Parts: sequence; C-alpha cells; structure tokens
Amino acid sequence: MDLNGVEALERPRGEAAAAARAGRLAAGEAWLAGGTWLFSEPQPGLRRLVDLEAAGWTPLTIDADGLEIAATCTIAELDALETPADWAAAPLIGRCCRAFLASFKIWNVATVGGNLCLALPAGPMISLTAALDGTCRILGRDGATREVAALDFVRDAGANALARGELLRAIRIPADRLRRRTAFRRISLSPMGRTGALAIGALTPGGGLDLTVTGGVRRPVRIAFPTLPAPERAAAALDAAIPAGLWFDDLHGAPAWRRAVTLDFAAEIAAELGEPAP
Amino acid sequence: MTFRVNGLDAEATPRPGQCLRTFLRDQGWFGVKKGCDSGDCGACTVHVDGKPVHSCLMPAARAEGREITTIEGLAEGDDLHPAQQRFLDAQGFQCGFCTAGMVMTAAALDQGQRADPDRLFKGNLCRCTGYRAIRDAIRGAPAPTCERDAPAPAGPEIVTGRARFTMDAAIENLAHMKILQSPHASAWIRAIDATAAAAVPGVIAILTHADAPDRLFSTARHENPLDDVDDTRVLDPVIRFAGQRVAAVVAETEAAAEAARALIAVDYEILPAVFDPEAAMAPGAPVIHDKPASSRIADPARNIVAELHGGCGDVAAGFAEADAIHEGVYESQRVSHGQLETHGCIGWRDEAGRLVLRTSSQTPFLTRDALAALYDLPRDGVRVFCERVGGGFGGKQEMMVEDIVALAVLRTGRAVKLELTRAEQFTLTSTRHPMKVTVKVGARSDGTLTAIQMRMLSNTGAYGNHGPGVLFHGAGEAVSLYRCPNKRVDGFAVYTNQLPSGAFRGYGLSQTNFAVESAMDELARALGIDPIAFRRRNVVVPGDAMTSWDDGPHDVEYGSYGLAQCLDIVERALADGVAEETAGGAPAGERVSGKGSGNGACSAAGLTREAPSGEGSSRDLIKGTLGADWLIGRGVAVGMIDTIPPRGHVAESRIAVEDGDYVLAFGTAEFGNGTTTVHAQVAAQALGTAPDRIRLRQSDTDASGHDSGAFGSTGTVVAGAATLRAARALAADLREAAADRLGIAPEACALGPDGVTGAGRSLPLSVFEGLAAEGRSDGTPRSVAFNVQGFEVAVHRRHGEIRILRSVHAADAGFVVNPRQCRGQVEGGVAQALGAALWERVLIDDAGHVANPAFRGYHLPAMGDLPVTEVHFADTHDRIGPLGAKSMSESPYNPVAAALGSAIRDATGLRLTATPFLADALHARLRAAEAEAEIGADAVAAQ
Repeated sequence: MDLNGVEALERPRGEAAAAARAGRLAAGEAWLAGGTWLFSEPQPGLRRLVDLEAAGWTPLTIDADGLEIAATCTIAELDALETPADWAAAPLIGRCCRAFLASFKIWNVATVGGNLCLALPAGPMISLTAALDGTCRILGRDGATREVAALDFVRDAGANALARGELLRAIRIPADRLRRRTAFRRISLSPMGRTGALAIGALTPGGGLDLTVTGGVRRPVRIAFPTLPAPERAAAALDAAIPAGLWFDDLHGAPAWRRAVTLDFAAEIAAELGEPAP
Repeated sequence: MTFRVNGLDAEATPRPGQCLRTFLRDQGWFGVKKGCDSGDCGACTVHVDGKPVHSCLMPAARAEGREITTIEGLAEGDDLHPAQQRFLDAQGFQCGFCTAGMVMTAAALDQGQRADPDRLFKGNLCRCTGYRAIRDAIRGAPAPTCERDAPAPAGPEIVTGRARFTMDAAIENLAHMKILQSPHASAWIRAIDATAAAAVPGVIAILTHADAPDRLFSTARHENPLDDVDDTRVLDPVIRFAGQRVAAVVAETEAAAEAARALIAVDYEILPAVFDPEAAMAPGAPVIHDKPASSRIADPARNIVAELHGGCGDVAAGFAEADAIHEGVYESQRVSHGQLETHGCIGWRDEAGRLVLRTSSQTPFLTRDALAALYDLPRDGVRVFCERVGGGFGGKQEMMVEDIVALAVLRTGRAVKLELTRAEQFTLTSTRHPMKVTVKVGARSDGTLTAIQMRMLSNTGAYGNHGPGVLFHGAGEAVSLYRCPNKRVDGFAVYTNQLPSGAFRGYGLSQTNFAVESAMDELARALGIDPIAFRRRNVVVPGDAMTSWDDGPHDVEYGSYGLAQCLDIVERALADGVAEETAGGAPAGERVSGKGSGNGACSAAGLTREAPSGEGSSRDLIKGTLGADWLIGRGVAVGMIDTIPPRGHVAESRIAVEDGDYVLAFGTAEFGNGTTTVHAQVAAQALGTAPDRIRLRQSDTDASGHDSGAFGSTGTVVAGAATLRAARALAADLREAAADRLGIAPEACALGPDGVTGAGRSLPLSVFEGLAAEGRSDGTPRSVAFNVQGFEVAVHRRHGEIRILRSVHAADAGFVVNPRQCRGQVEGGVAQALGAALWERVLIDDAGHVANPAFRGYHLPAMGDLPVTEVHFADTHDRIGPLGAKSMSESPYNPVAAALGSAIRDATGLRLTATPFLADALHARLRAAEAEAEIGADAVAAQ
C-alpha cells in the first residue's frame, strides 16, 4: 500500500554507502529491504526509507567455510541456490521457503534478512538459520561490526537483537552444519496457512541431535542431545526445557496445541533420524 | 524516472512512499486491482522484468529502468496470451476481480508448474468460485460444457483486464475522502477540533456530525424501507462501536486526507459498553439506542432490535411423548464477506446538477431512493449506477459508503472518491451475524419427530442493519423443513457495542441450519437411525404445511420438489463411491427419476471426478497413506430455502429493437452471480436468437425501470422472470407487426436470429426499429429449493487436523438455465461456507476492536485449502420460476457446517458446537476425551 507519510526515499549505492549509513537511523527512518512487510501495513510515524537494494550485496556466496546469505538475498534466490552435493541439509532450504505463508511471487521480492528482522515466531528463515547454527553479521556506526548467533537473533515475538540503526548485513552458515542429515516437521491451522509449529532436527557428527524449535515458541529454542534420544525422551526433554509462557499464543494456534504438536514432532524427528538414512 | 509498461516507454515520478500498484493505476492501467493492498490476495500481480510480483508491496521507485507487464499488456494485439485463453475457455472467474492477478500468475508458470497449481496459487485469493474452475483454467483442462452453458458476456473483457469495476475510472479534478474511525466502543463526542487538520495543504472539507443531516435511516436496503430500523446517522455524535465513523476528510490527495485525519482532535466522553448479547438484554445494561417507537426498534430499553415468538402445537406434550431428546447450544461466529473489491464509491454532480454515484452495490435503485430521502432530493435528481461489482455476498445490500460520499459531493460540489481499505472493510462495514442457537428436538423410537424447540440469540452489533430480516429469515426454513406437529421458536436480535452485523449469503439460515441439522444428526444417532433415513422420515413433502414460528398464511408453494432426489444422490455418492462409478459411465442426473426437465443431460458437466491435488485423492489416502492416527467419518445435512425473499421483490425489464439489435435494459448488478448471462439467455430463447445478439444495459437507475436489487438469490427468479416477460411480449409484438406487413397470421411468423420470417419472406430486425416491450415481476408466489451436502473427513487424533476426503453436494435448482454457472454458484457457496466452518473468524478484543483486520490474520481459503466439491443437480422443473428455474446462490452455503460437524462427529465421537472447527480447538477436545476415557478405563479396572 502507499505509505503516504513517507517523504523521502534514500537509495545509497554500493557497499560503502550502505555501510556508512549503518548506526545512523534517525527517528522516523527505517531500512527498506524487500519492503514486503513495510508496504503491507500502515506505518505511522515513518518519514524516510533507506533502500538497501542498491547496496549491491552479493546475494549468496558459497566457499569452503560454508554459505553466506546477504540480508538482501531474496527468498527466490535462496530457493534457487544450487548446493554442493555433500550438503545433506540442503533440502531444508526449500522446505523453509515453502513454510512461508507468502507465495512464490512474494519470494521474488522478500528478503532473508527482512524475515529475520521481523522476528515473527513463524519466520521460516529464522527456523532455517537457527537450525543450521548461522551467525548474523551486524553493521553498526563507523564501521563497527558484531556477530550474533542466529539462534539468539530473535529475542521475543517481534523483537530482534539489533540496536537502533544497526544493520543486518549477512548470515553465515558453517559448511559442517550444511553437511548434516536433518529432519523437518511443520503444521499450520489450515493447509495453506501460517506456521503454527516447526521443528528441525540435525544429526551431529558425534551421533547427537540438535533439535531446533520455532513457530510454536516466542523465540527459537535449541536442545542439544549428546546422543540420539529415544523419541519419548526427546519430547520430554523439550517439554522440560520450554516454560509455559514461551509457547506462542495468537490466532494462528493455541499454546496447548503448539506444545502438543511440537512435542510430537520432537519424537517423530528422533525416530526418523534413528532410522538408516534413505 | 523512466521505465516501460506493456512495451511502451514511460516517464513519471512516483511519490517516495508510493507502491507500484497505485503508480500503475495513476497511469491508467486499471487492470491492476486492489484486493487487500497488503500482499495477501494477489489481485495486483504484475510482471517486473518477467517475474511476477505483488505490485502493492513493491516500492514504485524500484520500477526505474524496468520492464513492467500488466494484464493489459499480456495479449499480442488481438491474440490472447494462452493463460488468458485458458481462463476464458474454462470460465475461470465469477466476479472477475481476482482474474487479472490469477492470469498474470498463471502466465508466469511453466507447464509442469501449471499441472499442480495449489501451492503456487496460495497468494491468489478468489472469494467467488471455490477455485475448481480456476484450477481447470490454469491446467488448461476446462470441464466439458453443454449447449446451455452460454459464456459470460464479459469474459473477454475480464481476461484482458478491460472490464471496468467501480474504481476503474480516471476522473478529472477528483477529490479523495478518508474516514476517521472511533478508537472507543462506546462514547459521546464532546467536541471535535479540526483546526489543525483544516490547515493541511490540499484539504477541501472536514465533515463531522454537525454537517450531517439530522435524520435516522438504516444502512440495510429492502424494497420496503419500513422492514429495517432507523437507527443510523451519516455521522453521529454518539459512538456505539470501535471503528464507527467520527469524521471525514475531503482533500486533493489521499495523502493530504490522511495527514489531516491524523490531526483531528476529538474529545470523547467514554461511556459504558456491553459486548455480550445476553448481558445487553439484562436489566441495567447500557442502552445503546435510546430511540422513539418511530425507529421501529422492538425494545430499545432492553437493546432488542427485533424479536419473534411463535410456533404450533404443544412442544411440552411433544417432548413428553419422545423416546429420545437432544438439546444443544450451537454458536456461529462473526464472519467477513471478504469480497475482493472493497466497498467504494465515486460521486459527482452531472451537468444538470444531479447527484451521480458510481458505486459497488447490489441495490443501485434502492440506494438511489434512500439517498433521495436522506437528502431531500427528488428521485430523478439522483442517479446511481454500478459498473461490474467485485463480489457482493449480501455485504453490498447496504448503503455503507454512498451516504457519506453524497454528503461530501453536496457540500463541496466536487467529484469525491471513497475507496475503503481492506482494514476499513473489516472494521467499518458489516459481517455475518454471530448467533447462539439453542435447539431441543425429540422423536419417537421409530424416528418420528415429536417436537422442535429453538431459541435464537443474534448479535446485530451496534446498529440494526439487517438485524430484523436476518432474525426472521433465520427462524424460517431450517425449522419448516421438518414435518412436526409441535414447534416453538423464540428469537432475539440484540444490540451490542460491536461492529454491526449485516446481510450475508444465507441471511440467518446458515446459523440456524448449523444448529438444527447438527441436532437432527444427534437425535438420529441417539435412536440408532441412519441420519439420511431419519431425514427421509421427517422432511416435508409436497402437501405438508411449511411451518416454523409463523403458522399463518404465506405465498410459498412447492413449485417443484427435488429433496428426495438430493438425498438419494448424496447417499449413493458417499456410500458407493459414485464418483468412481460415473467416471466413465452414466452421469448422475440420469440415475434419478424426474419429469425430464433436461437437467440430466447437463448434470455430467457439473460432475467433477478428479480429487484435489497435493494431498492425494481420498481413495489413495484411505487405501494407504493415512496412518493409524487418522479417524474417518461421514456426515450429511439438508437445507431448504424459499426461492425469493418475502415481503416484495420487484424487477422491471425493457427490451427494444435498437439499431437493428435487441437492447435489454434491466436493473440487476453483475457481481459474479452470472445473472447477466441468464438474462441474455432467457431473452434470446424467447426471441429465437442467440445470447450474443442481445445488448445489455444494466444496474443504472437511468437505464431501466425499478429493480429491488440482486439479493436473496433473486437475479434469475425475479429479474430473470421480468426479462422473460418482456422478451415474450416483444416476441408477440414482433409477430403482430410482421403479420401486418406480410399480410399473414401472426402464428405464421417465426422469429429467427436475424428477424422475422413468414410466408417465404423475411424481414430484418431493422424493420422493427423502436419496437419495445416491458416486463415486470413482483416476486410472488415463491417456491422452495433444496440442498444436501455430504462430507467424508479424516481427523488426526493427536493434532486435531481435519482433511476433507470427499465433498458431495446435490442441489434442487429446478431447471438449470446455465449449468456451468449454477455449478459455480454451488462450488463457491460450499467453499465460502467451508472457510467459515473451518478457519474464518473476525476476532473482537476486550475493548471491542477487530483484532485481525487483514487477510493474513483472517484466513480466506486459498486454492490448496479446499477440496473439489462434486456437484449434482436434481431433475426438476419449477412451475413458478422462469423457465422452471429456482434460485441457487445463497443456499449451497447453509448445510455445510452441520454436514462437516456431523462427519467429524462420526469420525471422533465429538460434536463440535461452535464454528470454526479449528485444529487447535478440536485437539483440545480430543485430548479431553482421551483423558476422560483413561479415567473411565481406570475406574473400570478399579472395580
């Protein structure tokens, strides 16, 4: 929709120009990535947009260390990524893209970074990067850079780890995490609806299980099992680790339901990863 | 900046916060539609450098240097793009408002993607079709048609984006209106200070209650205005719901209007509010409308806008002789119409000084009359017309925007536009009436009903709107469907400080049907009788009185009766897997007895045998892929509906020979109901010509005689009857005139596609230039139509997830004039009802605000959410309706929730008594039942 209160659209060109703006957002200013959320609701008080499209960040970089996803990488670009053959976790990318409430047309515009920054429990790029131990690179004022684990980037429903004016630059996923075998579960109240609960399990090289839960909780939750747990133990451990208030409550699912299905998913994932790889 | 649109170089500068959608529309590309303006519905889909995007979410500045294609640029000259051709061939649209976005999305897919479109189209919402025809169009596999499936006349315009809807007009010097809404649910406006707002550059006027006429009216529109209560002002100093209009800003731009709106200072005195209808009726509750008897409010002091009490026999005696009794309380929630085109209106004064309104309405004539009364204007001093309307469903049988646009035009002398946002549509218009229905039914052990008792509590919200009509209508056919000597019905429509409820497909019957049909299923189960057999024993048959709360005389007759056929069809389909049987065999319509109306020959076209894609067909699921966690069940429900609303419904049609063609003028607005096609078909048949030879002028108070409007499923049975009479009269006149010229008897003259022939000579139509005839229908007597819905479902015992394995619908629509369209009405009605039965709910928070005023929080079903519904027509011919037809727009909606609830009951043993049947709520019920069973098992073990 038209954001009629916006009086200026600033389009810094090139990496340096965008970086120079980091840490310097005044009141009434906001970063514009894909715009698919910003332009979807009235934004009272917003006066100026700083468009990151022309920053020219390389969307996806694969190297020996793994995968770097620029914050401005679109969902469509990520979904189309051709991954090295030994990245057993690669199918998670497509599954998380398909976990969006939004259709493939939105993917052409919406960005990975935007999804993280929005910090909704149902944000599937949060699920993906958290489950694969991604690291968020954050730009601050005067060239300051810091890193935050993707697992910790979302603090609460709608709250992220960025300080005022900070800019999420990229998410780096380590190569060894991309080589893990994974299992994925998701549910929503309607077949084409918003995620109500989502769980991803990854087998560690030592035979353990990293279980990451999103969607049903206010922020991502990780349980690291040193050895692969029995299904019922996976569910019980998860239940013990998540206090009642952390289960998310909104119109996309009641907390009791989110808890029940998430615990089921934990058990199913433990069982699936206990089977020989297909 | 420079860019290209549809192959043309363009240069224009967008505003900094402007989105591509409005930027393109500013340049006249009206094919780019606004359904939600928040990226959820896809109606604004365009291609940017070949990629499909939702233009409402894309900053317009990003179009710089890009190549943009809109629906208008898809065709190569006169050659339609294959995607457009496929939508035309399969008639993959009804109102057509979503079609541009659908076509643009389909055009971006390759063949493999088109074969399995459900997931890819989750960003394209259609509220009319139920998606089956759209899926057929995307796949390029149109359903077979028959000779009666005349295509919609507007098809080519719709698939090319040329069809004009309400807002698709470039009007010079147009002013824009924005509405300030109340943040409080109950308040009195002490003062409004618009000084700062008025100082915003570009502001033309700020309208408050001081500017509004001191006159009460009803937003509801009926032929008789006295049917509704006068409790509404254009702007009112008393606020009765959060979201109510407080003031309106008229400005040169929307931006200026919005900026000024934010600066209006309102001093509210907060008043007590009441949100629960039971509490609102209790002594001591705040009185929401302190109004005199002339308002026609039944009991203002108790917040009762309307009530009814009545019945027949003695229910106490009836329950005393019952062997089984079921009593339950069934609640229907607040549901949004979700028409893709929001309410909107553009008004101006024409050269003669008349007030002209171009609006999105189901009732242009009654709106004209209401505006004339409201502003003391002569009737012919007001013209109201509709271009194509982007969905109605009853929501546009109300004057929601026209009154205030008229005020602005009269005050400012300017052309003024008000286009509601989707959020305003959710918070400023109306919804279905939330209703709590208590039902008690009793029967003897042989299954014979002995008593039916029903109490309705309808929440009409802050204003009466359609409250009385919905209450009375809802009290009718759900109960009169059953032969039972003892009936008692009590009903109350009650004011609360919530968003007003209004007319919505089914008009009260979906809520009572859910209660009564769920109760009948329970009663049958209690007696160990099959629910369909139980219906056969108890439903009315010709000769039975149709009685509910009102035992008096009425004008409803059994013009035809197809209920028995409908029950047979659904029973067979569910029990025997008729879809499989008929896949290569006889169409269902030929399997049922009837008087040979001809429906049988066309029923095959109405029968889909494929299963929905994605999750796999029901047979596959049953055979293997469903695990032990899935519980399977079946359920049915029945609906009856009078074919025409009571208390008068008028339509006048005029058909004339003009410039060598027939020109038909009638009042009905086209919003996807398909009646335009039916009018052309009916006239063409009477005149011995083809539908495409009839030129149509419609929904314009300047163009035809009176029309009560397209509501109550009257487009065919009332307006169509008027057109049939006009066309038959003209046919007779043509024969007479030809006979005079040819010197033969009129009976010897035959009408043909190009004129009249007789005695070996032929006279072209131009000979009869100026000849005209009129027809009128007053909507009485009325007949009854029937619907039976059946479902087979699977329920996940641990997650509460519901999957529909089979959806079968049998409809008794009399002679079906256009089976393809009628099938579409049934599919769309079932789909809309499934949305309400499974997911949709307008949530009102503790302060009375709508908590989910956007599609992302209000789940309109997407393509992949819905099953394909097998549609069958009974073979009947109505002696009342035109050409033997009966109405079939509202009624398919009504039995869906109860049928689904009964299927879930069959699968799980649990009766769900409140819609929607959300997985999280069902999960809670399943867990509770499981816990209870464990406790029971423990108790048995302890013994």
